[in-house]
Amino acid sequence: MANKDDIKFLSNPKIGQKRQKYCRFRKYGIKYIDYKDPDFLMQFVNEQGKILPRRITGNSLKYQRKVATAVKRARHLSMLPYVTDLLK
Amino acid sequence: MNQYEVTFIVDPVLSGEEIKATAQTYVDHLKNEGCEIVHFDEMGLRQLAYPINRRTSGVYFCIEFQMNGNNAIPTAELALRRDERIIRFLTVKLDKYGVKYNEDKRNGLIGTVKKKKKKEDKRDGRRDNRRDNRRDDRRRQDSPKPEAPKAEAPKAEAPKAEVKKEEEE
Repeated sequence: MANKDDIKFLSNPKIGQKRQKYCRFRKYGIKYIDYKDPDFLMQFVNEQGKILPRRITGNSLKYQRKVATAVKRARHLSMLPYVTDLLK
Repeated sequence: MNQYEVTFIVDPVLSGEEIKATAQTYVDHLKNEGCEIVHFDEMGLRQLAYPINRRTSGVYFCIEFQMNGNNAIPTAELALRRDERIIRFLTVKLDKYGVKYNEDKRNGLIGTVKKKKKKEDKRDGRRDNRRDNRRDDRRRQDSPKPEAPKAEAPKAEAPKAEVKKEEEE
């Protein structure tokens, strides 16, 4: 017979779980989002260069607004593209 | 006293001296208007994300300055707009966090901290996943047991096992 220890790993218990979302700016105490740092802003943009929604990034509303302005400023300065494909 | 920041892109076709001279004219311009230059940053030649006036790269500069009121900005922006050597520019008023961020960045505090955090997060995630997979693989290889109980076991006892694992973690 299979032991209980074996059975534990037959199905991955983590599959069905939702990962807890959190606002990284709140968590790490980042107060200012720099529009001159495109590598950092890449995290909040999808493959086509669109800003990701809050339900995916988990940002709080305050920082989502700041992210959005930062991304738009970066686009104006040609650090991020307005439209593309295969950005990542 | 408000703190502002002008970022602009200079045409890379010009020679190195000319590029620096253009940037310097705006530093002087702001000084003449009675601004206090906090920092002048040459961010160097960068690839543009999309072509502007058929240019695919540009030299970025950033001037951070303090002043009372906002008398100097309209004139400075007008000058930037009229200048053909400038591809793009953006003026931003900094809030207190922005001022602090820029100071920290100059002292070399920002870039490293952020990057470290990013890398650590990613590594942790990956490592954990790998470990889990390895464990599963080993268990599967080590225990080639008769199939009948295996098929039954997950259905009957899997929920309990899940609960147990959560408790352990």
